[in-house]
Amino acid sequence: MTTSDADPVLRLQSVRKTYGKGGGTVVLRDVDLDVAPHTVTALIGASGSGKSTLLRCVNLLEEIDDGAILLDGVDITDPRTDPDQVRRRIGVVFQAYNLFPHMSVLDNVTLAPRRVHGVGRAEAEGRARELLERLGLGKKADEYPDRLSGGQQQRAAIVRALAVRPRLLLLDEITAALDPELVGEVLSVVRDLKDEGMTMVLATHEMGFAREVADQVCFLDAGVVLERGTPAEVFGAPQQERTQQFLSRIVEAGRL
Amino acid sequence: MTLHRAESTDRDGYVPSARRLERERFKRARTRRATAVAAISTLVTAAVLYVVVVNSPGWQRTRETFFDPAFAAKAFPDVMRGLWLNLRLLVVCGASVLVLGMLLAVARTLRGPAFFPLRALATAYTDFFRGLPLIINLLIVVFGVPALRLTGVTTEPVILGGVALTLTYSAYVAEVFRAGIESVHPSQRAAARSLGLSHRKTLRYVVLPQAVRRVVPPLLNDLVSLQKDTGLVSIAGAVDAVYAAQIIASRDFNYTPYIVAGLVFVALTIPMTRFTDWVTARMDRQRAQGGTV
Repeated sequence: MTTSDADPVLRLQSVRKTYGKGGGTVVLRDVDLDVAPHTVTALIGASGSGKSTLLRCVNLLEEIDDGAILLDGVDITDPRTDPDQVRRRIGVVFQAYNLFPHMSVLDNVTLAPRRVHGVGRAEAEGRARELLERLGLGKKADEYPDRLSGGQQQRAAIVRALAVRPRLLLLDEITAALDPELVGEVLSVVRDLKDEGMTMVLATHEMGFAREVADQVCFLDAGVVLERGTPAEVFGAPQQERTQQFLSRIVEAGRL
Repeated sequence: MTLHRAESTDRDGYVPSARRLERERFKRARTRRATAVAAISTLVTAAVLYVVVVNSPGWQRTRETFFDPAFAAKAFPDVMRGLWLNLRLLVVCGASVLVLGMLLAVARTLRGPAFFPLRALATAYTDFFRGLPLIINLLIVVFGVPALRLTGVTTEPVILGGVALTLTYSAYVAEVFRAGIESVHPSQRAAARSLGLSHRKTLRYVVLPQAVRRVVPPLLNDLVSLQKDTGLVSIAGAVDAVYAAQIIASRDFNYTPYIVAGLVFVALTIPMTRFTDWVTARMDRQRAQGGTV
């Protein structure tokens, strides 16, 4: 399969996801989404609108009920695909960092390159230290995660996701568990990644950041993409009443 | 209590207030009072027990048959020789119990239809051997297996007794390991899988290392229990510490050797128990120091 810069890295086609018996709760309804290479897509919306579920579906941590998810044009939701092969090409950063507490930061970062991609120890550690250095964690490589601040842990988690040179990076409310003072250091890392051309999809409550960094903003409401467009369109001139409501509440709360 | 001493002044020139000094005086007095009460009540309890036991009608006879220093001295070397067998049994059984228990626990976590028989077998095994009284298990293995007259299968009571102990204890230990595996938060598994690690590699590099660390205290507890249950192989006729005591006791109609054997086992388990406490306390401290998981 040849991919050109014009083809989307990620494409969602009419994705439906429900929880519970007989589709009790519909979490995603007919979701379509294209993510072009080297662009940032921000998913915004209230808690429970389906942002995190969407990311979990893309990473195959959840199975979708209908529709298809294509990574570089290949349907990864086909039951015949090997989920481990797909996950090797997607990096994920979680809200609660999910670092492995029994391993040093360096071991956290080199686990996947060494055990999944078969990279030698010296090479994996060399690259890990280089990445850690770049994200300001050079001195923390041999520390255990519980010795790090929340912001440092989240940056370590980002390094862990980057260590396997993913095609696509999914960021699931990565600043939601952080003190306001630590949010900035994590967001500046994301900004740098965008400048380097990393393709990213992020679920976020940081509207100011989404507005600044995203190429495409999707407003999700009750599992439906209600509105999408450039930040200027969605934040500047929202068409839907629900979007206007949501954004005015955010403004009231002083978050935009 | 890790309060600053009242008389010390902190670096910022802080001087304790009269209120603080008064409170600390009160706390010290309260501690002294509590210690005194504990000491007096311990003395009274000990005195009452002593008077009751010594004044019981059969005390004279009991002392002669259970607490005779001459018999104790005579039995001690034999009991210690027997104990060497218990110790060897403990090491061999302990090691095989850990390996078998881990295999059973992992078998129960396997997903997928191909593993159904393995999963079912492991579940049935733990259910059966946890429910079966150890003594019945021992009797069946030790007397039942030789009765089959299989060629090439040992009839050695020590080995068969060890097998029975391993069967029962591996079922317990499997449950301990399984509890540990299930205590690892699902987000850890999600993080490992999202890095592309397979189920097997996730288990090996992420789940098991954390699970094993958490279950060290209960495992040591089971090991203490196994240590004293090695004494049960005496029913098969293996000359361990308990059987050595029994031989002397039945020859001379004096039960002092049993007391000696009992005390030797207690003396053996106490260091192990203290070690367990120490490990548990250390792990609690580590957890208190930080760590979100």
